[in-house]
Formats: sequence, structure tokens, C-alpha cells
Amino acid sequence: MLAENDAPTETDEALLDRFQRGAFDYFLRWVNPGNGLAADTSRENSPCSIAVVGFALSCYPVAAERGWMTREAAALRTLATLDFFWDSPQSPEPDATGYKGFYYHFIDMERGRRIWQCELSLVDTALLLAGVLAAAAYFTGNDKKETAIRARAEALYRRVDWHWAMGGEGTLRQGWKPEGGFLHYGWEGYNEATILYVLALASPDHPIPDDGYAAWTRTYQWENIYGYDVLYGGPLFMHQYSHAWIDFAGIRDDFMREKNCDYAENSRRATLIHREYARRNPHSFAGYGKDFWGLSANDGPGVRLKIDGQERLFFDYAARGAPYGPDDGTVAPWAALASLPFAPREAISALRHFCARYPGCAREDRLPSSVNPTLAGHGGFGPHGWVSPGYYGLDQGLVAMMIENYRSGLIWNLMKRNEYIRAGLRRAGFRGGWLAEETFGS
Amino acid sequence: MLDRPRGPDSFPVDRSDLEHLESARPHGWVNPQPAPCYNLVVLGGGPAGLVAARGAVAFGARVALVEDDMIGGDCLNVGCVPSKTIIRTSRLYADMENARHFGARLDGGIDVDFPLVMDRMRRIRQRISREDSVRRLAEEGIDVFFGKGRFAGPDTLEVEGARLRFRKALVATGSRPLDPKIPGLDEAGYLTNENAFNLTARPSRILVVGGGPLGCETAQAFARLGMKVVIAQNEPKFLPWEERDAAQIVSDALAHDGVEIRLNTEVVSVRMEGREKVADLVNGDWKSSVTVDEIIVGVGRSPNVEGIGLEAAGVEYDTVRGIKVDDFLRTTNRRVYAAGDVCLKYKFTHMADASARIAVRNALFLGRSRMSPLTVPWCTYTDPEIAHVGMYVIEARERGIPVRTFTILMHDVDRAVTDGEDEGFVKIHVREGTDRILGATIVARHAGEMINGISLAIGSGMGLRALAGVIHTYPTQAEAIKMAADAYNRTRLTPLIKAIATRWFSWMR
Repeated sequence: MLAENDAPTETDEALLDRFQRGAFDYFLRWVNPGNGLAADTSRENSPCSIAVVGFALSCYPVAAERGWMTREAAALRTLATLDFFWDSPQSPEPDATGYKGFYYHFIDMERGRRIWQCELSLVDTALLLAGVLAAAAYFTGNDKKETAIRARAEALYRRVDWHWAMGGEGTLRQGWKPEGGFLHYGWEGYNEATILYVLALASPDHPIPDDGYAAWTRTYQWENIYGYDVLYGGPLFMHQYSHAWIDFAGIRDDFMREKNCDYAENSRRATLIHREYARRNPHSFAGYGKDFWGLSANDGPGVRLKIDGQERLFFDYAARGAPYGPDDGTVAPWAALASLPFAPREAISALRHFCARYPGCAREDRLPSSVNPTLAGHGGFGPHGWVSPGYYGLDQGLVAMMIENYRSGLIWNLMKRNEYIRAGLRRAGFRGGWLAEETFGS
Repeated sequence: MLDRPRGPDSFPVDRSDLEHLESARPHGWVNPQPAPCYNLVVLGGGPAGLVAARGAVAFGARVALVEDDMIGGDCLNVGCVPSKTIIRTSRLYADMENARHFGARLDGGIDVDFPLVMDRMRRIRQRISREDSVRRLAEEGIDVFFGKGRFAGPDTLEVEGARLRFRKALVATGSRPLDPKIPGLDEAGYLTNENAFNLTARPSRILVVGGGPLGCETAQAFARLGMKVVIAQNEPKFLPWEERDAAQIVSDALAHDGVEIRLNTEVVSVRMEGREKVADLVNGDWKSSVTVDEIIVGVGRSPNVEGIGLEAAGVEYDTVRGIKVDDFLRTTNRRVYAAGDVCLKYKFTHMADASARIAVRNALFLGRSRMSPLTVPWCTYTDPEIAHVGMYVIEARERGIPVRTFTILMHDVDRAVTDGEDEGFVKIHVREGTDRILGATIVARHAGEMINGISLAIGSGMGLRALAGVIHTYPTQAEAIKMAADAYNRTRLTPLIKAIATRWFSWMR
């Protein structure tokens, strides 16, 4: 076991390679190869989450490049996935796979039909489609499979009726159900949805109006917190999901021009605020510090216990955030690692600390959804406290992609070539940087 | 003698209530003989009416005050005063739950004595009511009339057969809880702020309908007093106009206190099953029912505009927005002004007070004071409290004003940490590139006290830079405001200024 203060025997590159491979392997073990559907979690009877499929599709090119899969196998898996989404039922029926080109958040792993009466999810469809477009950008060969991948990807993207998904309002809705129509969660402020707006703006057939993005950004708050000027979003995933595909460094929309910043720099600052929050540790949770940080949307203990005379509520799966909370001492180690492109030194330091301090919690080189060391010795939990069992596909996909972006920029470069991504960013008002170049790397 | 005032059957409950009643509507009160003509007739004896009547009579005006119910209005009798009294006790119980954390032991457990809680509330209400007792008002020279006042013409108001002629009149009839119009609710019976404080026995389970200030305050306070509380809010968040982080903290606090939260949820019907009330709830496609002992409704307020002869006086009104007034609080009858809840969007006691002062100045002293420049603060008294003043960020951005917010977390404020009250934040919004304060939101246990410092700064045109120079007492929680101003000052240290300073110091060595 590597003690924290010992000089690391494993280089950063080797460490990252190991955890990237471990994360990618999720898609070898918990994907139905017949239809490409990826499980939400590694737990028994987990359904497919369509967002996880988007991450999986983005990771197959990584695996092909790194030799973890042959290009042919990656193409075969990708095409099976795209074929499934194209052929699966699209209708207002309550057990369809999707409607209006969007897909239900959770579908069963075999037939791909809606389960749990879940919602037709806009943001999860956007993450799925981002993966679809990444695949199309990678498989540029002229053979039958790769040609078919590109055609399918184009058709899947163009089928989505983004304008319908505004539900007659000025901004995109969060979801829709056949039983009750559009959902009303009240999205307000910055979050992970930038890629959703970029895709919705660029649609050749069913775009949203340009002012839809402006209407959303009007709810942004630019705050000076702990000495950092930042566009606030509480949980770290809000600063990571869109960035897994789009390199926001050097490109700016109206908001960021006004603030003389960009969204990548903003993610760096948000990351450092999380780290600083953990260092200050206002609620005195166990383990928190400069190398144990990262609050996000993740699994949780779901118990209520009295600790040191104070009644504490430990949430179930929930979005946690810093510095406003909620915070119940549950940290997502993958969220720190997924900050790698923004704050590499801090992210690697956090990973090394986690491996050393919580041995056995990163089994098979995969990070769990979350751990809560405050619960060590309470409520029957072990010496490390509560540890989320199994793995979540979203976490593994994000980690694999962010490590790749840090190592080679592969996903970012693929997406820079995509005409829809470029058009959507431009319609949202982004200018400068790599967008100023006519085409990128072709 | 007049009829006994309206109200729930349980009022008056005890000696405090009887004394309160004697103060706010004395037994055997005989209306005075009306003067031939009044400088000011005030319809409504709540906060706005009292401020107006007292302000005018202090300058020698002949004033009549007409009240249908009890002097003091909703705020004293059924609003702020009783609710804050109960909230105080509920905070005590919450602190007792954390006694060990504060280094104290409560080995015997905690029993909520609900009758004692309500008894304290009644005593305090009686104590505060003494200040505005009817006899005291009469001694000050105000002709106090009890009865249903109604305009009989553009310059006359009738009450209990008496005709009061006036040069100017002020309508300050306030507002009442909005009827939520839920099928079956009237039949099953429900409580509002008008009668919830007359409970003498603690219900075990309650449903609170509405997630605005009243609903959130009630849900949390009653949960802390040991009731099982479900709160149903038809919006995706509590306090819908407050910013996301503030509303989230309220939501977390309610959850922590054991309140069952139902957002995006409509109460579609209510029925009685035996002695229990069953409410049917709908959230999208999810239907459920809750069984409770009492239902408390707080979904907004309606202006009291009906039955007071506004038509006869030529005063235009709307049953939703209230009496139509201009920026000088003048109605469509030049002799008649309005103040408080009956005409204002912001239905707060402090706005009733502020508007009454403006109305009196304009009505009697040829004033030209406007409502629009007022800086309006408000506070929701949950724990932590949510206080706001001035513009919200979204309002500024919609007007094209670039905004920068300086945020201090209460967990960085020493006194908040020593008090174990470190949940929340101070956010001060300034116009980008300047130190001009546009507005502020404070979430803290004493946010209502703290916001006044920022209201003062905005009202006096003080910017963050000047605020940083104001010495704040250490250690206090209000020091957070100074810390925000210091954070602003630090951003003035640009790399260029720092480079120049560094060179200066190296030259000085």
C-alpha cells in the first residue's frame, strides 16, 4: 500500500492510465452488447440510463485509440447502439423508448422500453446525442459500418424536435411524461445544460430560437466566493458534463465576454472553491481536507443519526453542493478526478490521497459513487464509514472522458470538428478561440 | 354596546385574551359624537391606519379612526406578533434537541407543552397591544369608531348610523387570507393565520398548503413543536421569488426538522373520514393522499375591498390587486388615499407603516412623496431566516445591468460559528465595475436584523467601498456585511496596482 507521504512509485501517467482503463471497463462489463444499452449502475437488475449510453459511445473511440478494443469491435458496438435507438419505438405510448426524437431517462436493458414511469429527459437525451455525434466524428472510414454510423448519427440528431420541448415557454423544459405533459422543475441558474442548448440551437429542422439561450443565461449569478469570481453551480457535475465533450477554453458567449472569463476557467475556479470548502470544512465532517473534496450528484447513505450530540440527516442519492450545500459529509471521489483538465495537480493529489487513505474502496481501479467517512463507527458502518456499493455508469464514463481530454484532448478535438457543435455554439453567441478557425484539424 | 367581534369560537381563551380584547376593543365602548368635518377619516385600525391617525393627530388634525374588528390589525392579532412568538419557542425546542452539541445535558427528554406555548403567545400579544389601546388613542385625540365603515359619497363615510364628513380619507382595510378554493376544504374545515394561533391543543398531524413565507414558517415551527407536518407547494421550489440557493437552504432546513416536503404538488380535494381530514395530492402523474388532523392554508392574501362603499366614493379597485393608487398613493377620488395591504403589492407591516406616512404627508401636508423610490426589505422567519432588500440579480440582468455578487458564507463569520448558527450567507449585489449596491440577500439565523444595515447603506447611497470603512463590532454576525465589503475592496487590488506597490516596497527597502 502506498502511504501518502512516500514518494509515489507510480507515475501520474501510469496512475491515470490505470484508472481510465478501470473506468472504461465498466462499458465492457455492464453493457448489453446486442443493443448497446449501458446500465445505470453495476447493481443487479439496474436499468439502462440513456445518458450512460452517451458516455459509452464517447468512450469506444478512446478504447480503440488506446488499444483496449479493436476499432472494428468499437464500430460494431457503436452501430448496434445507434441502430437500437433508431429502430426502437418513438411514440406517445407510455411504454415506448422515446418520443419526438427524445428518449426516456431509464429503459430496460433488453427491450429498451421505458420503466419506472420515468420522464422523457431532455438533458439525458442531449448527453446521449453528444455521444452519438462523438462517434460520428470518430468513425470517418469509408467501410460499410463506419458509413452507416455516420448516417444513423445524422438521422438521430435531426429527428429531435427541440422546439416542441420548449412547451410554449421561453426556455427548454426539463422533461415530459405521457401521463402529465411537461415537467416543471424550475431550472434556474447555471448548470450542466449548456450542451443541451448547443444541440437544440444547431438543429437544421427543429431548432429553438436564439433567444432561448439568452433567456437561460439571464438567470446566471456571477459571485465572488472565497476570493474567486465564479459563475456558481453547486454540485461539481454541473461544471463537468458539458465540458466532457466541448472544450470551452478560449471561447466565450456574451456572459463570459462581460465577465472576461470562459467556462473552462470557470470550472477551474469552481473546482478550487470545492477544495477550499473541504479545507474549511464548516460542518466538521470526517476526512475533509485539501485532498478530500468534491460534492456532486451521487449515491448516499440515506440514514438519520445523532453524531456528537447533533442530529444529522444523511441523504440518499442526491445532488450535493459547495459552499451552500446540501452537504452531509458524502464525497464523490470521481468528481475530484473528473476535474483533471481544469485543476490537474489538485485532482491527481486527491486521487493519490483516496487510494492511500481509503484502501479497498477503489476496487478494480474504479472509484465508487461516494463515501462518507463521518459514518465510520456509527450505524454499523465499517472503518471507512459508508461506501456506496458498486459503480455508477455516469461516474465511470465521465472519468474516462476527462482523463482522455487531459491526456490527448481526443473527445474535445472530435467535437470541434462537428458542424452542429460549432453552429450551436455560434448561435449561442460563442466567439473566438478554436471557433474562430474555419475548420479544426481536418 | 357593539356586537362581539368576529373570530374563531375559541377566542378569547384566557385572561390575557380578555385583557387584549379590552385594549383592542373595549367592552361597552360607545362611539363618540362625530365632528362636523374631519381633516382625515381613516378606515381600518391596523398598522397603516394607526400610523396615519397618530401622525395626523400629532400635527393637530381632527381625525376619526373606524375599525370593524379589533385595533391592531392582522399583524398584532393574528399575524406577525403571534407567529414570531411561537417561532421563538420552536427555536428553543430545536436548540434543546442539540443541547449536547452546545455542552448541555437534557437527560429527562424533551416534552412539548403546547398549551404553555400558546399561553405565552397570548400574554405577549396582550402586552404589545397595550401600546395601541383604544383608550390611549382616544386620549391622544383620535375619535375611534367601532363598526362597519362604508363610504356614502365622495366625502362622507357612514359607521353605525353616524355620518363622518371628511376633507381627506385614507383606506387602510388591509387584507385577508386568500381562499384556496379546494373542493371539500370548506366542509372539512381549515385554519389560516387568522385562527391557527387560537389552537389550544396540539394536533398530531398537519398539512400545510402553500410554500410561501407563511407556509414555510408555520411548517417548520409546528414540526419543531412535535407535530408531524406535510407541506404541499404547487411550485418547484419554496419562496418562488427568492434566489435558488436561498430557497434550497429553506428546503434543507425544513427537511432537517422532519417536515415532509411535497413540491410541484397540488392539493386537489379534501374530505372527512371519521374525525380525520384526508387531502388528495397530485404531483404530475403521481397521486397520493395524506391523512391529518388539521389543514393550515397560507397561499397568499386578498385585499379587503368589498362592502366598504368604494363605488359610492368613486374609488376604483380590483379584487386581486386591491385599490388602484398612483405613485402618491392617491386613489381615483382625489380626496381619498390608500395605504397598506389594501393597495400594495408588498403586503408587509413595515410597508403599511411606510406607505401610511407617505399618504398622510401627501393628503394633509401638500406633500409630493412617491412610493417608487422606496427601498423595500423583507424577511421570511424560518430558521435560518431569508431576508432581502433591493433588486434580485435576475431583475437587474433583465434590465441589462451587469451584476457582480460578493458572497460571504456564515461559516466564515466568527460569531456565527461561536453561536452554532453558521448556516447561510450574505450576498451583496453591485453593479459590475462599481461599488453601487443594487440589492442583497441574507440567509442567516438573524437575517432580518442584519438586512437593516444594508437597507441603510442603499437608502443613504453608500457603496461597498465606504461600507468597508465602517467599523463593525467584533464579534457579531452582522460583521459578515463588512466582510463582503472587504471582499470588494480586495478585488480593487489589480495585478497592475500590485506590481506598482511591489516595486515601491522594494525601492523603500
